[in-house]
Amino acid sequence: MGTNVMPSGEELLRFLPEMILAIFAVLVMLWESRHDEHGERPGMPAFALIGLGLAAAASIVAGAAPGYAFRNMLVVDSFATFFRLLLMGIGAMAVMTASPFLRARKAEGGEYYSLILLSLIGQSLMAASNELIMVFIGIEISSISSYVLAGYLKDDKRVNESALKYFLLGSFATGFLLYGVSWIYGLTGSTNLNEIASILGNADIAPDAVLTGAATALILAGLCFKVSAFPFQSWAPDVYQGAATPVGAFLSAAPKAAAFATLLRVFLTAFDPMADRWLPLLIVVALLTMVIGNLAALWQTDVKRILGYSSIANAGYVLVAVAAHSTLGISAVLFYLAAYSVMNFGAFAVVSLREETELKDFEGLAKRQPATAALMTVFMASLIGLPMTAGFFGKFYIFQSAIDAELYWLAGLGLLTSAVAAFYYLRVIAAMYMKPSPEGAPEMAVPAASQQAVMFVAAALTIGFGIFPGWLLDWATRSSGLLR
Amino acid sequence: MDAALFYTFAAITLAGALATVTRRNPVHCALGLIFSLLGVAGLFLLQAAELLFAVQILLYVGGVMVLFLFVIMLIHLEQAARLRQYSRQWPVALAALFAVFLEIYVLAQSGLPGLPPSPQPRLNAGGNTERIADSLFYVYALPFEAASLLLLIAIVGAVWLARKKEQPQ
Repeated sequence: MGTNVMPSGEELLRFLPEMILAIFAVLVMLWESRHDEHGERPGMPAFALIGLGLAAAASIVAGAAPGYAFRNMLVVDSFATFFRLLLMGIGAMAVMTASPFLRARKAEGGEYYSLILLSLIGQSLMAASNELIMVFIGIEISSISSYVLAGYLKDDKRVNESALKYFLLGSFATGFLLYGVSWIYGLTGSTNLNEIASILGNADIAPDAVLTGAATALILAGLCFKVSAFPFQSWAPDVYQGAATPVGAFLSAAPKAAAFATLLRVFLTAFDPMADRWLPLLIVVALLTMVIGNLAALWQTDVKRILGYSSIANAGYVLVAVAAHSTLGISAVLFYLAAYSVMNFGAFAVVSLREETELKDFEGLAKRQPATAALMTVFMASLIGLPMTAGFFGKFYIFQSAIDAELYWLAGLGLLTSAVAAFYYLRVIAAMYMKPSPEGAPEMAVPAASQQAVMFVAAALTIGFGIFPGWLLDWATRSSGLLR
Repeated sequence: MDAALFYTFAAITLAGALATVTRRNPVHCALGLIFSLLGVAGLFLLQAAELLFAVQILLYVGGVMVLFLFVIMLIHLEQAARLRQYSRQWPVALAALFAVFLEIYVLAQSGLPGLPPSPQPRLNAGGNTERIADSLFYVYALPFEAASLLLLIAIVGAVWLARKKEQPQ
């Protein structure tokens, strides 16, 4: 025991992105404390962006040589690298949208940037975990910082309510997950994903199937909460509506993408030998998530709530691709998560320009601010899944993977619900273009340069992936092979 | 010898616990808690779990010292002495105690149905402390480090959420 305690350079390199994020999270707070508390404190977003850029570069370098690290705790493969880069991109958008937003509310603190970076550490660990204990710690790092971010504007009652709700329900869900993990350890004597797979796959030593099934269901329940899938979806609209808009955007993209990475990694590695047991459950969950999310969104009158329910529905689509249980399905998941992060963040960025987010506040926006309205239209069109947008190819690959897996009725019903979804996205477009401006309509804040950058880049990517999906699809396909 | 030590430590644990719930002065309660925790530490030592013994004293007894600070800072001692005590619920506690005793008695009589016989406790060669250190700092070094990040987040979050906004002069 303990012959070589020091980690090798290769292992450290595979953990380098997280180390960079941790260093910069602390640096941001130290930088803030150098300045007067009530004065201007410039440079914090720049610090955070430099940290994200370095971490992304480190992810690329580390991803060039795939392998395990720290006694199989981490596995850095192309799959993990894809998610790390996606997460850094989401983090950069969250920093750039939030900086002017928080400054306008006199609430810009180093803690915000620090918590974004710290929560990305957890999410990036989730994507690269090869061990249930690491999965749990990654989820906790991501969740605890998410709870604090959700309550970031602490003087607002609605923010506090939604953060408390998120915290209570989230802790409960993590409890499910941890309970499942402890059952798995009790049944197999291991928390390593590869070892669990080899034990479950060997009929001679596989533990009782009913107990393993129950443990798997507990872990699935915990992860379903994190991706806001049925029946654990009800928190999502409340939290996304209550939290500060840039935070809502971040929460609907980053923790969700990481939770899907975990779901794929854990279920396709450790629990793959018993796939015939959990796949039917996953199919039902996917179907109900799509139906509930899309139907509930129809009655909403608040744009942030619409986006909240839409994020539930979108989680349902992604689950369809997970349920396809194929390499094509994994690449469809990766493609869709990237496309969804971009278009959803763009929509949230537009919404973040306003204090009020009722649908009627958007009436006649096309007359007042044509550029903003046009950008919002691009994001809505992509969320509907119209051709020439990233959302179209995202849905196309998802339902194609479902049809390839002979899940015809799931694909059919999914298409049907996404046709229903078109209705509520169109309501937003109709409000902007068809309705006249109400008397004394509130002006939207003129977007700051960084917000404009986020919106235009998001729109460009949404259209770019819609016309040239090949590049992203190639990358997603190359990243779909899990190192097992 | 073992039995005598066991009963001594058990008596200290119980007496301390009783004092914790029955005393009116919060400082006395905290003192009682320390005795109770020390008794449990002694029981750990009897089980040859020397690491748990040390951790129990360092963390729990240390934690109670912090509790002392809180008591002195936050509670008005004279007021607290007049408050309603939770130990008035002793009939309920007695009933719960009786139920647990009954459960243990029945289980001990009937044996545990359907469960395999419990494995013999295994003493690790080289001592528990070394084994725990090996798994904590060698096999599980990364989760151990990651958990410290988790604590950092909890501190940052708690400070941010709890701090009142100061109005600039």
